[in-house]
Amino acid sequence: MPVDVIMPQMGESIFEGTITKWLKKPGERVERDEPLFEISTDKVDAEIPAPSAGVLKEIKVGEGQTVPIQTVVGVIDTDGKTSAPAPAKTEPPKPAAVETTPAPPPASSRATAQAPVAATPAARVDGEKVRSSPLVRRLAKEHGIDLAQLCGSGAGGRISKKDILAAIETGGAAAPAATLPATGRAPTAPAAPAAASGVPGGQVHIALESAVPRQRMYFGHYEVQPMNVMRQRIAEHMLASKRVSPHVYSIDEADMTRIVEIRERTKAEFEKRHELKLTFMPFFIRACIEGLRAFPMVNSSVDGTNVVLHKEINIGMAVALDWGLIVPVIKNAEEKNFLGLQRSVTDLAERARNKKLKPDEVQESTFSITNPGVFGGLMGLPVISQPNVAILGLGTIQKRPVVINDAIAIRSMVYLTLSYDHRVVDGAIAHQFMHKVKTALENWNENVL
Amino acid sequence: MAQVTFLEAIRQALFEEMERDPTVVLLGEDVGVYGGAFKVSAGLLERFGWERVIDTPISETAIIGAAVGMSYAGLRPVAEMQFIDFIACCFNQLTNFVAKSHYRWGAPVPMVVRGPSGGGVHGGPFHSANPEMYFVHTPGLKVIYPSTAYDAKGLLKSAIRDNNPVLFFEHKFLYRRIKEEIPAEDYTVPIGKAAVRREGRDLTIISYAAMMHTSLEAANLLSKEGIEAEVMDLRTLYPLDREAILASVRKTNKLLVVHEDTRTGGIAGEIAAIVCEEAFEDLDGPILRVTSLDTPVPYSPPLEERFLPNAEKVAAAARELARF
Repeated sequence: MPVDVIMPQMGESIFEGTITKWLKKPGERVERDEPLFEISTDKVDAEIPAPSAGVLKEIKVGEGQTVPIQTVVGVIDTDGKTSAPAPAKTEPPKPAAVETTPAPPPASSRATAQAPVAATPAARVDGEKVRSSPLVRRLAKEHGIDLAQLCGSGAGGRISKKDILAAIETGGAAAPAATLPATGRAPTAPAAPAAASGVPGGQVHIALESAVPRQRMYFGHYEVQPMNVMRQRIAEHMLASKRVSPHVYSIDEADMTRIVEIRERTKAEFEKRHELKLTFMPFFIRACIEGLRAFPMVNSSVDGTNVVLHKEINIGMAVALDWGLIVPVIKNAEEKNFLGLQRSVTDLAERARNKKLKPDEVQESTFSITNPGVFGGLMGLPVISQPNVAILGLGTIQKRPVVINDAIAIRSMVYLTLSYDHRVVDGAIAHQFMHKVKTALENWNENVL
Repeated sequence: MAQVTFLEAIRQALFEEMERDPTVVLLGEDVGVYGGAFKVSAGLLERFGWERVIDTPISETAIIGAAVGMSYAGLRPVAEMQFIDFIACCFNQLTNFVAKSHYRWGAPVPMVVRGPSGGGVHGGPFHSANPEMYFVHTPGLKVIYPSTAYDAKGLLKSAIRDNNPVLFFEHKFLYRRIKEEIPAEDYTVPIGKAAVRREGRDLTIISYAAMMHTSLEAANLLSKEGIEAEVMDLRTLYPLDREAILASVRKTNKLLVVHEDTRTGGIAGEIAAIVCEEAFEDLDGPILRVTSLDTPVPYSPPLEERFLPNAEKVAAAARELARF
């Protein structure tokens, strides 16, 4: 049956739209709600989902053309044959998105082989709808189980909670604990279980997900600015991080007077000797390394019910850019001396601003530091950069009256804020970690030259 | 500890609160000399005198009007409806005035309206009502409907001490049929907290008031067939204990709501909506209801039996749900 694809009305005052890109070619299969084409109107740019599943039969309005709303721009044949080889029946085609999620474990053949309830999959006639429940569908998704492979014991052959639990029990889900090495360095990143994947990849279009109906955003005078790719990735990442990690925030302060003095005293000589500006960042990194060594849980990642304790200390360092934000990583920071840290900090920040970073230089951080203080912020409560479990925020260093031995003194103080993932880091550990960092800063005794 | 009836527990709560706080007064039809139509207030006039135990004319609007005035004057009135059916006479006063007084004029109304409710005693269409949902739907009112003697006493005390208007429904079927030991010393039961009366893994039955006992009876029948139902007693209908409801559904994944109130617009619908909104992906079956029929309460005993839920009807729905 042919189904018309129309130019949708994207807002009350929108009367026409321009097709900027077709995401499918004629003859290609498309699933219902899968992005089919991209449009640009005078208000928004958006991906338009397919109105139904089938094969894209015809494109009537080509890229770059502007047509009134409700115009038929293409036709989908709901029972058409693909001109390309059809994709595997149980595997929905990947959406045409930039990023891909690690594929969930394949439709579990183990469940078919072992689960007693799955012993007679032939009982379901081909094409018959799988009857289950919201709970069953959620569990199936979490454990990567193909419901079509199970037989239900509920009323009318429905797959019930009991059936799916039995399938999980008998090995429908490959437990992550069994497949991952407990320690050591994984040669390649293991495929994360679906439930634990931090960033949902190209499936979620942040630009299209709004808290209020979009019509309510457009009023008065305004300008619409499409998010660049980096902005979209940041939006996705932040949303995913807040959703996955229960954030807790702890605040401490450190007396930086001693370090400020050291820096004042040595910065001219440091620059002359190494042709490198002396900043505060390596002091903070050094102090964090001490804290992370003492509390390895803060230097970890969470994979489902496993905690991945990293043996390296790789410090992610948030760098603000005119067009966004990026977190380059100082690898093996614990093996570098003070000069080496300063060199890495300067080098990475500079190359971040010049768009010269390599992809592997923004990966594999184990802990992050962000510095709202450079913009004069007293303190900030950052969002965890995944897959870390904690991020340290540095406030601005400023002179404040402080009580020392019942006398008021003027000291250079800094607020330290730690955002951490309460799934694995408790307040007790976080505060001890912060105290370690603070102590390291206040009792600095390393020669920086 | 002595065995105390549901009715005696309520009488004790009134007695002890009047003893504790001189601003608590009781007013209603025949609450004084006669001791109340069901003897809930027996002995109160003798102890506290006619100024605090007030026999009123047969006018529910006069009772509520006087109670509002008393509230404004600094008292904590407990207004009795001889049968809760007649609270309908005061619908305007309660929903337009009592419920909004604090909101609109900053004048709190710390009153309790209480009275015998519910069917199953062949009281007919004018003496068997369950009018709780009119008031659950009205922002500004709290609504309590206990099922045990312990809760009746503890919740009535909480209601009297609460600074908001509270409607307190006393299922008359329970008055002399429910007996339990309750502590002699002062205690309260918090408003807005449900209680799990029976733990179970296969499905949750949510109920309140007389139907809580019916649900427990059904759960015992089911247990013999290998179906373990969790029975939850709401105790307070507004504010509703959403956390407890969701926690139980997340545990058993199946939900049956049982109430004696009629079906359309009963609290089962609200609970079903909450569960669908908050715990859809925890459901392993449809949310079912066992309720009274959408008719007035019949006078004829066989018809009333047909009209009301009973343990067998609850068990039948639970079996269907367990099998799903």
